[in-house]
Amino acid sequence: MSTPTRTPTGAPAHLTGPGSGGVGDSAQRPDGVLKVRGEFAYGSDLWMEDMLWGVTLRSPHPYARVLAIDTSAATQLPGVHAVLTSEDVPGEKVYGLELADQPVLAVDVVRYQGEPVALVAADHPDTARRAAALIRVDYEVWEPVTDARTALGHPATDAVHESDAEVTELSRESAHLHPEGNLVRHLKVRTGDPQPTADVVVVGEYEVGMQDQAFLGPESGLAVPADDGGVELYVATQWLHVDQRQICSALGLPPEQVRLTLAGVGGAFGGREDLSMHVHACLLALRTGKPVKMSYNREESFFGHVHRHPATMRYEHGATRDGQLVYVKASIWFDGGAYASSTPAVVGNGGTMGIGPYVVPNVHVDCYGAYTNNPPCGAMRGFGSVQTAFAYESQMDALAAELGMDPVELRCRNAMEQGSATPTGQVIDSPAPVAELLRRLEAMPLPAEADGEVDLRDMPGGVSNTTHGEGVRRGVGYAVAYKNVAFSEGYDDYSTARVRLEVVGGEPTATVHTAAAEVGQGLVTVEQQITRTELGVEQVTVHPKDTTVGSAGSTSASRQTYVTGGAVKAACEAVRGQLLARAERLVGRSVPDLRLAGGQVVSDAEEIAVPLADLLGNEAVEETVQWRHRPTEAIDPETGQGFAHVQYAFSAHRAVVDVDTELGLVKVVEMACTQDVGKAINPQAVIGQIQGGTAQGLGLAVMEEILIRDGKVVNPSFTDYLIPTILDMPPMRVEVLEYADPHAPYGLRGVGEAPNISSGPAVLAAIRAATGLPLARVPVRPEHLTGTS
Amino acid sequence: MRLTCTVNGTEQQVDDVWEGESLLYVLRERMGLPGSKNACEQGECGSCTVYLDGLPVCACLVAAGQAEGRQVGTVEGLAGADALHPVQQAFVDAGAVQCGFCTPGLLVATHDLITRTGRPSDAETREALAGNLCRCTGYEKILDAVRLAADRMGADR
Repeated sequence: MSTPTRTPTGAPAHLTGPGSGGVGDSAQRPDGVLKVRGEFAYGSDLWMEDMLWGVTLRSPHPYARVLAIDTSAATQLPGVHAVLTSEDVPGEKVYGLELADQPVLAVDVVRYQGEPVALVAADHPDTARRAAALIRVDYEVWEPVTDARTALGHPATDAVHESDAEVTELSRESAHLHPEGNLVRHLKVRTGDPQPTADVVVVGEYEVGMQDQAFLGPESGLAVPADDGGVELYVATQWLHVDQRQICSALGLPPEQVRLTLAGVGGAFGGREDLSMHVHACLLALRTGKPVKMSYNREESFFGHVHRHPATMRYEHGATRDGQLVYVKASIWFDGGAYASSTPAVVGNGGTMGIGPYVVPNVHVDCYGAYTNNPPCGAMRGFGSVQTAFAYESQMDALAAELGMDPVELRCRNAMEQGSATPTGQVIDSPAPVAELLRRLEAMPLPAEADGEVDLRDMPGGVSNTTHGEGVRRGVGYAVAYKNVAFSEGYDDYSTARVRLEVVGGEPTATVHTAAAEVGQGLVTVEQQITRTELGVEQVTVHPKDTTVGSAGSTSASRQTYVTGGAVKAACEAVRGQLLARAERLVGRSVPDLRLAGGQVVSDAEEIAVPLADLLGNEAVEETVQWRHRPTEAIDPETGQGFAHVQYAFSAHRAVVDVDTELGLVKVVEMACTQDVGKAINPQAVIGQIQGGTAQGLGLAVMEEILIRDGKVVNPSFTDYLIPTILDMPPMRVEVLEYADPHAPYGLRGVGEAPNISSGPAVLAAIRAATGLPLARVPVRPEHLTGTS
Repeated sequence: MRLTCTVNGTEQQVDDVWEGESLLYVLRERMGLPGSKNACEQGECGSCTVYLDGLPVCACLVAAGQAEGRQVGTVEGLAGADALHPVQQAFVDAGAVQCGFCTPGLLVATHDLITRTGRPSDAETREALAGNLCRCTGYEKILDAVRLAADRMGADR
């Protein structure tokens, strides 16, 4: 084997073009042409002369003491440049998004299968892998704790963590890790009568399996040692600055010496909010003095990022005979796995929004996040709201059946609207068209039933030729959901934007520079659109995303168009202020209707039109603005009351399914979605988010689950972990509503997560309608439908 | 070993290829053609789809040595000197590109589909592209792109 000889470096580029499209237009993305030419540089495409490849040795055991690590054989393999263990971590040995409790490399104990134990850098990836296999680790294997409720019920004997975690300044929440046990967070919501009674009561227990983000671009990046003793890291991630803080802590270096640039990101969906190879590649680069690339393969990816929390939920709904909700009691257990990650915030969402978008006078919710020896769980699109939606929407259907009432009618009768109070005492102060979303879905035509000639491809089982329609029953189901947008519970949530306007080649050209991660959703397009609209110019360049500008916060919680969009708008307004002042100085008087349009400063009243090229000459105008949404507040720890969330997103789905009741096979025939987006900044991208989110919700309903046996992952591959293919996805109807939120830039509402929340419960409801089975667990598997489980 | 093959019409020769390397690895790491993507490296996702002697294959499942003396076509070879291929343009126009990691493989698979069938029905498209996973789009806009590309390519005939 020899060193790979030549490939391009693929440093992240400035994005220019397409040259048109303001707010509200379906502008084309500036990276689209690069992506279809195969020239867009993803993290795994990066390359430098003389670079090394890093690989990770991971624990095969979910719970064990590390007795000894012998690296001598690995170190002696030709081509190997470094072998590192936790002793080689110069700074803090543990890190974490909210609580610093996760070792950079295992220290004494491993708490989940796949926990990183050692690192190797070598001149060829296979040499590095062979060297990793030569590292000898002696373990004393322990019995893993694999059930969240068990973990909480027996803290004295099953403590996964023996000591308290440090609560860092990264903490979003007032969460505390209990040193004596496995409770990460317990959230309580208490409102109304603690002992309510009702005419009709339905009780259900529900379970949601562990879902994987399954982004296609693997965890990857390139760390380059710098002359100042620091490191440059090019990495596919969701939040450069929170990475930087954790890397600095582990390396014992100040932020000036740890500089991050966003590499091309092949999808994220929450799975890149935690560190993966970041610190590891930096450690290897600093030790070897050479650039080090790390890129996980798919199996390692399943162990290399957090997953969606599996949940167990017990719900009790009480209502009057005419279908008015009287009370909801709920207990929700999230399995957080071995380390905290964002479990406290997931518990926050699950608990505060756990009864759905309904008005209920009496609410009693307990929501728990627990440590176990299962894989760590954290952020995934929908973040704590996906799991509870399966439970509360199943309960609404059960209640409707008990009352003999139409399920949509029951939902509409109890739907939140503007002015309603949430169970946490927050009055909804922007449009909340919950009932309208459902009514609009109901009004859409249903797909035709199959008649006459049967196309196998439309049947459950498809071309496997398992049915020609015998035993196939159709079902229709509805669901509605809501989710907070942006960070909640008093978190200081902001973004930073730098906008520069100058004349390039005679054309006024703006450059927008933020650290906001583009992960595929199209934020770079939105940044251009806002800049075009606010500055009246066509040419807008998107600067590479890096840490030379302030934090933009995370690309998560449906927040970037709102928060970074707001920051870009504010920076443009500051630039505009300077330009208009300059124009007024030029004409020597105040002109009230002065504005920017078509590359000029114009006044219609005074017939002024000064080209920006003339106004600027060789000078540039630049402004950097930090922008915040209105503050939220921490909730009361005993009652859950407080202004916890800045904005809510609402969506509803109708699913139509055909079920082969003999074989338990499901074919989703059609998905329809209605969603209020406040203002569609880019309608094409908004619809893309709704369609993609719908697919991930459908996946969780019928196929996607990381299967765990005794703390070990059974299916870490795309052979065995199934995500929807183009054959699994049906045609979709999408209707977008635009009721402006007066508190948000342009009235917009975060888009990405809501459709991921309502789609799965609608599919589950449709399968129940087709089969008449209660179905209290997702994903639904054939054996659940045939009584053979 | 030494590997010689023709990639996108140009003869390529690389030395010191380890026998365990895949065609995907050699394209990406030795020939400077990282357009074909490494999403699963086990033949499940289609992101590395390339032409091998005119037939679409997963480059991750082809041992590099199997490409000896053969014709390889990758996403980098689709566009002309000045303009995108209609399939590429249709993916951009239809909004079928989000993160874009599946895109190179889908472009090659779609190019093959339209070349073979002219104007595929939606059912044919779903069958032909069932081996290409996309996690972002829910596939609706990919179907839009295939229809758009087929229409435009038909108009060109």
